Amino acid sequence: MGHYSALAVAREAFRDHRGWQRAWKSPEPRRRYDVVIVGAGGHGLATAYHLGRNHGITNVAILEKGWLGGGNTGRNTTIIRSNYLQDASAAIYEKARALYETLSQDLNYNVMFSPRGVMMLAQTEHEVRGYRRTAHANALQGVETEFIEPGRVKELCPIIEVRGPRYPVLGALWQPRGGTARHDAVAWGYARRCSEMGMDIIQKCEVTGIRTSGGEVKGVVTTRGDVDCGKLGIVVAGHSGHLAEMAGFRLPVESVALQALVSEPVKPCMDVVVMANTVHGYMSQSDKGEMVIGGGADGFVNYTQRGSFSHIEETVRALVETFPMISRLKMLRHWGGIVDMTGDRSPILSRTPVGNLFINCGWGTGGFKAIPGSGWGFAELMAKGESPLCAAFGLDRFREGRFIDESVAAGVAH
Amino acid sequence: MLILTCPYCGIRCDETELAPGGEAHLRRFGPGSSDDELEDYLFMRANPKGVHFERWRHAYGCGKWFHAARNTVTLEVYGTYPAQVHGPPQEIRDVISAKVPGWRWKDES
Repeated sequence: MGHYSALAVAREAFRDHRGWQRAWKSPEPRRRYDVVIVGAGGHGLATAYHLGRNHGITNVAILEKGWLGGGNTGRNTTIIRSNYLQDASAAIYEKARALYETLSQDLNYNVMFSPRGVMMLAQTEHEVRGYRRTAHANALQGVETEFIEPGRVKELCPIIEVRGPRYPVLGALWQPRGGTARHDAVAWGYARRCSEMGMDIIQKCEVTGIRTSGGEVKGVVTTRGDVDCGKLGIVVAGHSGHLAEMAGFRLPVESVALQALVSEPVKPCMDVVVMANTVHGYMSQSDKGEMVIGGGADGFVNYTQRGSFSHIEETVRALVETFPMISRLKMLRHWGGIVDMTGDRSPILSRTPVGNLFINCGWGTGGFKAIPGSGWGFAELMAKGESPLCAAFGLDRFREGRFIDESVAAGVAH
Repeated sequence: MLILTCPYCGIRCDETELAPGGEAHLRRFGPGSSDDELEDYLFMRANPKGVHFERWRHAYGCGKWFHAARNTVTLEVYGTYPAQVHGPPQEIRDVISAKVPGWRWKDES
């Protein structure tokens, strides 16, 4: 596929850019693979990448019903942070954040990781106490965060109205090495590396059935024929429940729509990510100048990948109070993604009741930030049968009451 | 935007007037039941792509709980009905059967 470098750009410039190759191959599916991953989004591709890189397993197919990175990977607000309260969450999200730091070099693909800093506003006394506690927990976990006062908030992000009448800013949890990355590039970078390692990425190939025998998975039925596999990994976010049903087990997951919107591009006015969880809104500015805005998730099961006006209104109304200057911005695009929510708002990276079948789901509203860590841990789980990063995220935690409760710890936006 | 008709006051409400309450017709298990039953009741949820039954509350209206039969893929609403039942009434089942060939209520063998 060729190595991307400044030299390569210069070389191609001299020959009308005719030497570029496709970033990944699109082969026909073979009859059998050692490992089949369902879902070519960020998490699925990262899993495949780490299976190859960390464990030497390259006889892998990644099946995708739509197009690569066309689900939640292409629909999120690209925020990366790891300021979680619980140890297990901090471990996997910080692993992911740390991997993002060098991801462009590792993949030889510019994912535009921008550690511009993430600020979670405390707008009630309750939040102040909560975030101070999180900052202390993070100090013990080795995650770099601090609680900052309103003056520092205003200094870091001048467009915030810190003395808002209804929800004044009382401080913030500040993670200076959090930030954003280019979401599509993350999927494309992983896909290119996977293809280089000899893995097959098969798009427009929907899994319609899962074949099992003697309690073990044997293969999948797809719209492009049957594929046998030694191990199967299901990494399909909002559609996890649907695939679990095919394999004959249930999940503690409900799929709901989460929506986001972007404004028209404006000149640079905000170089940090700001999340305001009390009022349900978060915002950052993309490199193109658009204000990227996200809000709360629906409370009911929905597979339509569409948003609703009530959520736009709720989110924008909240943000206008905190950022008065955006009141006259026009909104350009608005979209929805289907996220899989667990009861404790923590993911599931686990074996399943079916032998050799593994599931990675339940990332809910905050999967993008976790992609490299999730891939790292889930690949280890699939290759070795256990992984320290994933140990706490098993399916059996619900039965045993070992919740990793981030719904309280992280507020709403995730 | 989801619009449901409250079966008590007959008002067509959009989703902002309602509070979602999750999967309907769960069978409750309490003390004395097995671990499997309790886990299933507390955590496992039907998450279908298609016909789904839910509890809703007319939060900014009469305040009462009711049930809705809905399609999670098309957002089509098959009907709403009062909360004091263990399964969808026959007329709702008939509406769904007519529109979704092959569908049957989970308790029907």
